[in-house]
Amino acid sequence: MSAILPPAQRLWWKEPVERIEIVWIVLAFVWCLILTFMMPYWHVFGKQNLSNEAYRTTPQAFAAKAQAVVDKWKVREVGGVPVVRPPAGADIYLVGRLWQWWPAYELKKGESYRLHLSSLDWQHGFSLQPVNINTQVLPGYEMVITITPNEAGEYTIVCNEYCGIGHHNMLGKIFVVD
Amino acid sequence: MAVDRTFRICPQTGLAYHRSAEQLMKAHAVAGVVALLVGGVLALFVALTRWPAVHMLPADRFYQALTAHGIDMLIFWIIFFEIAVLYFTSSTLLRARLASPRVGWAGFALMVIGALITNWAILRGKSSVMMTSYVPMPAEPSFYLGLILFAVGALIGCFIFLATLVIARYERTYEGSIPLVTFGALTACIIAILTIANGAIILIPTWLWSLGYISNIDPLMYRVVWWALGHPSQQINVSAHVAVWYAIAAIVFGAKPMSEKVSRMAFLLYILFLQLASAHHLLVDPGVSAEWKMFNTSYAMYLAVLASMIHGLTVPGSIEVAQRRKGYTKGLFEWLRKAPWGNPVFSGMFISLVVFGFLGGISGVVMGTEQINIIIHNTIYVPGHFHATVATGTTLAFMALTYFLIPTLFRRELIMQGLAKWQPYIFGISMAVLSLFMMGAGTLGVARRHWDMAFAGNPLGFEYPTTAYLMMGLVGIAGVGAVIGGAAYILITVGSILFGRKLPAGEITTQPEPVRAPVSEALEGHGGGVGVLEARGTFALAMLLLVSFVIYYFINWKYLASVWGLS
Ligand code: HEM
Ligand SMILES: [Cu+2]
Ligand SMILES: [Cu+2]
Repeated sequence: MSAILPPAQRLWWKEPVERIEIVWIVLAFVWCLILTFMMPYWHVFGKQNLSNEAYRTTPQAFAAKAQAVVDKWKVREVGGVPVVRPPAGADIYLVGRLWQWWPAYELKKGESYRLHLSSLDWQHGFSLQPVNINTQVLPGYEMVITITPNEAGEYTIVCNEYCGIGHHNMLGKIFVVD
Repeated sequence: MAVDRTFRICPQTGLAYHRSAEQLMKAHAVAGVVALLVGGVLALFVALTRWPAVHMLPADRFYQALTAHGIDMLIFWIIFFEIAVLYFTSSTLLRARLASPRVGWAGFALMVIGALITNWAILRGKSSVMMTSYVPMPAEPSFYLGLILFAVGALIGCFIFLATLVIARYERTYEGSIPLVTFGALTACIIAILTIANGAIILIPTWLWSLGYISNIDPLMYRVVWWALGHPSQQINVSAHVAVWYAIAAIVFGAKPMSEKVSRMAFLLYILFLQLASAHHLLVDPGVSAEWKMFNTSYAMYLAVLASMIHGLTVPGSIEVAQRRKGYTKGLFEWLRKAPWGNPVFSGMFISLVVFGFLGGISGVVMGTEQINIIIHNTIYVPGHFHATVATGTTLAFMALTYFLIPTLFRRELIMQGLAKWQPYIFGISMAVLSLFMMGAGTLGVARRHWDMAFAGNPLGFEYPTTAYLMMGLVGIAGVGAVIGGAAYILITVGSILFGRKLPAGEITTQPEPVRAPVSEALEGHGGGVGVLEARGTFALAMLLLVSFVIYYFINWKYLASVWGLS
């Protein structure tokens, strides 16, 4: 019963290591190096990376920017939420608040947009379905991600950070057109 | 006040129980099981609500039950039991008197009071904030206060463990170095102390904030520090249950570590490389740079992962070596086939190891990869992952250990041995299925902590694919199975403690023999060194793990490559 007893060899640190252990450690370590390497590799060659771009903001400032976008480019409404059609490359603002993503957007496939995300109250989770892109949305922080939709269709933004009793009803929309 | 120096020598195992320590260990284990009972009842409600066809609880009750389930299971059940493990691995394995049992009782009382206060706060209904209690969503002050008291109690337990190690050394109750299992527990204890310090840094200000003494807590700062509590505490669980694996391998098979040096180094890696492990919870947070995420999520070079992969080889490897010595040498796997699969101490431990490694380990590294996290963060994949690691790995290891402790510590014969034989399979397999389908549903985008995946009545809603519904149905069914397995464990353990046949106490002594390795073992050693220990079967299993790991990892990159461009 030796793992629950003191080591049989008093100078256990001088004991040779088993060959099979060494082989496994080497293999596992090489794998760990590959795991480490993949992340910077994807930053250079991959197309899905979150930017480092983020700013401090306030609920008032952020809500005002979103309102300005709505005033400028609103084209219609869906379920009581304005739908905004911005020009390609525009800065667009998505507000997370209890319990709604606001406004909705209509984007063009293959074009890029600078999406700004922030919350006006508690923490929320931006979860774009069915592509399954997920990020955390915090009050006081404005995160900027450049998004490039690659397929036309109707996308739903689900909230996947628990935010109180209306959490499961916090939804938003992004339409992607050809 | 006289110091209690009496020990009871267990007639079956020869273990020496310090009388005062014995009572404390029992108290902690029992409190843990009570928390597991509460958490288990809530698990049933939660699972039945997430099963779309059943959808049992109303929304407010669901979020309340989920908050309590997370806290009672992950914090109270696990940590109560861990303190019992700390006392066992120090006082009992080293045959030393436990340092200041009275203080130990004070710590225990704090933990119980803390657990009661937090549960009471959740029960009142205004603290359904989930165990993470992310600011600025507020809970009632008592919610945080209970957690703080509990943590202080646990901290006391950690210091008693350390003090007991000092006493053991001072009073020369053992010869040579501390056993590997105690070393693993020491790792867990050190990490626990660091973790609780982080907990204090974040929970005390949050408590003051809830009382109105602090006006604002930055949500990002909260997440960084909270996860410096939340993640390393999972490393406590890993260290503790790996120590339990080694202990069970030793108890059931007389297995000895393949090499002490490798196993101990692996424990050490846990301590050295987890300081900023909180990073992998922040991979999609604003204001955290990619460089910081990459460095910290990999703990520099995934060396903590390396450590777990090492234990994954050396624990079953030590069993294989022991079994082959007994003559089970045919082929790759005779040693495994002829293992005592009807003994829940062994089967529980082995299922824990397999589920932890194959499901929990692989999924954890995959979702902890900086970019891959984008397609997994906060989906139900995440609870799928940790139901494989802590809810199966740690929990089942502790359950297996309980079957050993009931005769030797509680001095009762196990009742319902037929059911006990099956319990690890019922619980372990159901939990594995539960985890697997949670991960599957998460891959399809189903959110965690979410009451209604159908978004009934919402004009903006959408339909998840039917496979997602099917998987959540299977989560519900597997959840019921897991709860039955958990209930069987509670029935057997509580029943045995109350009604099991009493076993003889054994001799009482004030001068137990110091613990030492048997002379024969010292002479025989490893049989002389490198390449002699045969563990081909284990190596094959390890390679299977590695290959599954590689394939699954790259599948996820491929999936990631198909989503919208993000930069
Ligand atoms: C007994 C069988 C169990 C079942 C059927 C079960 C089921 C579940 C389910 C369905 C969720 C909800 C997922 C969601 O909607 O986000 C959940 C969450 C959770 N479970 Fe379990 N579970 C069990 C045991 C355990 C154990 C043993 C532990 C810990 C040791 C545990 C820890 C947790 C935690 C920490 C959460 C997350 C709570 C949160 O999101 O705040 N569970 N469980
Ligand atoms: Cu939300
Ligand atoms: Cu939400």
